[in-house]
Amino acid sequence: MTITSNTSVTPAAFLRRWWPWIAIIAAALILPFILPPFRLNLLGRFLSLGIVALGIDLIWGYTGLLSLGQGIFFALGGYAIAMYLQLDSLEPGQLPEFFGLYGVKALPLFWQPFNSPWFTLVAIWVIPALVAGLLGYLVFRNRIKGVYFSILTQAALLVFFNFFNGQQKLINGTNGLKTDTASFFGQMVGSDAMQRNLFWITVLLVIAAWYLCRWLTSGRFGDALIAVRDDEPRLRFTGYNPTAFKTVVFTVAGALAGISGALYTVQSGIVSPQFMAVPFSIEMVIWVAVGGRGTLIGAVLGAVLINYAKSLISEQLPETWLFIQGGLFLLVVTALPDGVVGWWRQGGPGRILAMLGSSPATATYPGLDQDPEVQAEKRAIESRAQTLESGASQPGGEP
Amino acid sequence: MTVLLDTLFNGLAIGSVLMLAALGLAVVFGLMGVINMAHGELMMLGAYTTYVVQNLLKNGPLEGLFPAYILLSIPLAFVVSGLAGLLLEKTVIRRLYGRPLETLLATWGVSLILQQFVRSVSSAFFIGLVVAVALGMLAPRLLPAAWWRQRWSPLLGVGSWVGAGAIGIGLASALGNERSLDQPWFSARNIDVTAPEWLRGSIDVVGVTMPTARLFIIALTIVALVAVHWFLQKSVWGIRIRAVTQNRPMSSCLGIPTEKVDALTFLVGSGLAGVAGVAVTLLGSVGPNLGGNYIVDCFMVVVLGGVGKLLGTVVAALGIGVLSYILGSGSLLLLWPQMPAGLNETITFFATTSMAKVLVFILIVVFLQFRPAGLFPQKGRMVEA
Repeated sequence: MTITSNTSVTPAAFLRRWWPWIAIIAAALILPFILPPFRLNLLGRFLSLGIVALGIDLIWGYTGLLSLGQGIFFALGGYAIAMYLQLDSLEPGQLPEFFGLYGVKALPLFWQPFNSPWFTLVAIWVIPALVAGLLGYLVFRNRIKGVYFSILTQAALLVFFNFFNGQQKLINGTNGLKTDTASFFGQMVGSDAMQRNLFWITVLLVIAAWYLCRWLTSGRFGDALIAVRDDEPRLRFTGYNPTAFKTVVFTVAGALAGISGALYTVQSGIVSPQFMAVPFSIEMVIWVAVGGRGTLIGAVLGAVLINYAKSLISEQLPETWLFIQGGLFLLVVTALPDGVVGWWRQGGPGRILAMLGSSPATATYPGLDQDPEVQAEKRAIESRAQTLESGASQPGGEP
Repeated sequence: MTVLLDTLFNGLAIGSVLMLAALGLAVVFGLMGVINMAHGELMMLGAYTTYVVQNLLKNGPLEGLFPAYILLSIPLAFVVSGLAGLLLEKTVIRRLYGRPLETLLATWGVSLILQQFVRSVSSAFFIGLVVAVALGMLAPRLLPAAWWRQRWSPLLGVGSWVGAGAIGIGLASALGNERSLDQPWFSARNIDVTAPEWLRGSIDVVGVTMPTARLFIIALTIVALVAVHWFLQKSVWGIRIRAVTQNRPMSSCLGIPTEKVDALTFLVGSGLAGVAGVAVTLLGSVGPNLGGNYIVDCFMVVVLGGVGKLLGTVVAALGIGVLSYILGSGSLLLLWPQMPAGLNETITFFATTSMAKVLVFILIVVFLQFRPAGLFPQKGRMVEA
């Protein structure tokens, strides 16, 4: 932040300021050519999950609303793009294949707009945002908060899950919609070249989403969100309407989830009601919790790292993954409330080093430490503790 | 008339399972405000207890008791799930009182662990686990006392548990080479509990077929409900539980051991989940995922009924049960064959079990718009807190 409008920027200063971005751009350009297509595809998928995690971080990390229903918006985005791809790869007058199985002769009405790519591009984030906004408004208007909000979002998730699961004739029910064999701009969506392009799009969108969230959380709006989290009644009594803030932020999170779901769908090749399964939506929360709630970079890192760990562990020892995941939930709640990034920023590594004795433990600021009065008091307490200890059964071998 | 009775009975049957499952949650969530996402898994433990009791009694010296195994497994399931719940309270939930969202996440983690535990527990696994826990708990005594007063002793605490875990895993995998020890106890597949002879038939009353198993569940629900009501209203500990719910600091001042009360409340709620698990085994095969099918429904029952009210739970469970059955079976069409075409189509659209669930949940959410605190809200100034 020190060098912003300076015309003569030295290369060293430029590097110091921009190195994370240079590293990211370099990685994004190089990785597609060194990773095998399968791993690249996985990385792309996990990065797209980072976007939904950013949304959860907005509503949970900053605003204190624990939504267990982000899968709704995620899957809606996925279904929007999958419906478009299903229609796009057809000859005129044809119907997607599965309709034939259930004896549907005409395209259902709500499929019609998805013939248009422009409508789809908007629908991917607008439909989830609208659903989120409506749901959020209804819930927040009644001042339903805390765990009740969580339970209601979970119930809403189950509603959508059952609906999509049960409607074979409209959206192919349990089987979901496949996208990997669909064609897009004359190329198969599942092809390696297409997947590489999708990876780059994902990287760009993650960065854009990160900027959006940073912009939202850094200004006065962000302060209001944190105020909702920390003391909602007080915010209300100072004349703000928390309902509006909460609804807006929940809508934004819904839109992010939709984009994330669309990207995930085209990279995994299928969208199914499993995207709305109850465990998946809670898993999303744990990515944010492990990465660090209230830190945007933590949300993305958590999503990518945990999913990578999951895929590696599931390949080797599938039966241990649930133990590890359950353990992560417990660990994060009891020992790492601010996640890994929060722990890092609050000097966690320094504390560990201090315990090992390789750096001095500075409990307070140096001025206080060197105050002779404080020093004398400290010595007195220590010597008293020592006499007490030696009075007990075993004399300690430690000065 | 027959249709009406049939609807009523089936709705009652669905509602009673729901009520039994939600009863424990009503105690834990309603009285303590603890969100226990592992409630469904405590039910699963009850169901697996039934399975074990059945297998123990099937062949062996106690064969004569086999017809009554389901009755025997009710108290056993209560004890097993109750103890599991007590352990959960002592180790995890106790640290998280007053932080409901964290409790929710932590108990969800516990539920994942319990699911996988049931899938992969074998003798080798169990021995390894016991050894690891024993070593971890004994570490402060086994390691030199001076080590625990160093700067790095917090790391030692973590390290000793990690070491104990590693020893346990190593032991388990070493024992796993022995084929007899490696056999999983339950495996990931579903298990079947065959209902005893006297629960397999059905009774016909004015043309309505009532399966005995369903009647048994209804009876069990009533017994459980009466027992819980008596316990909370009349017994000494029940009165203490209610006192702590109403005003914790004041109860503490008056000498009520609030920590014991918390543990006891959790034990009772978890035990009731176990009893519900016994009932669920009569409805079909059960598996490690049993809990997931019930947990959201249970929470909806408690929220709809109004937190902290047993009567609310009863009414909400029965209401949801009857409504689900009416919608899911499409029996409105039978009652009113000449209804207008539009309505007719709507009802047919929702006439499957999963679509009925969709509609019921939507109705609940709409209802909560008008009565955010549920059917029977608590009154008084404590409510806002």
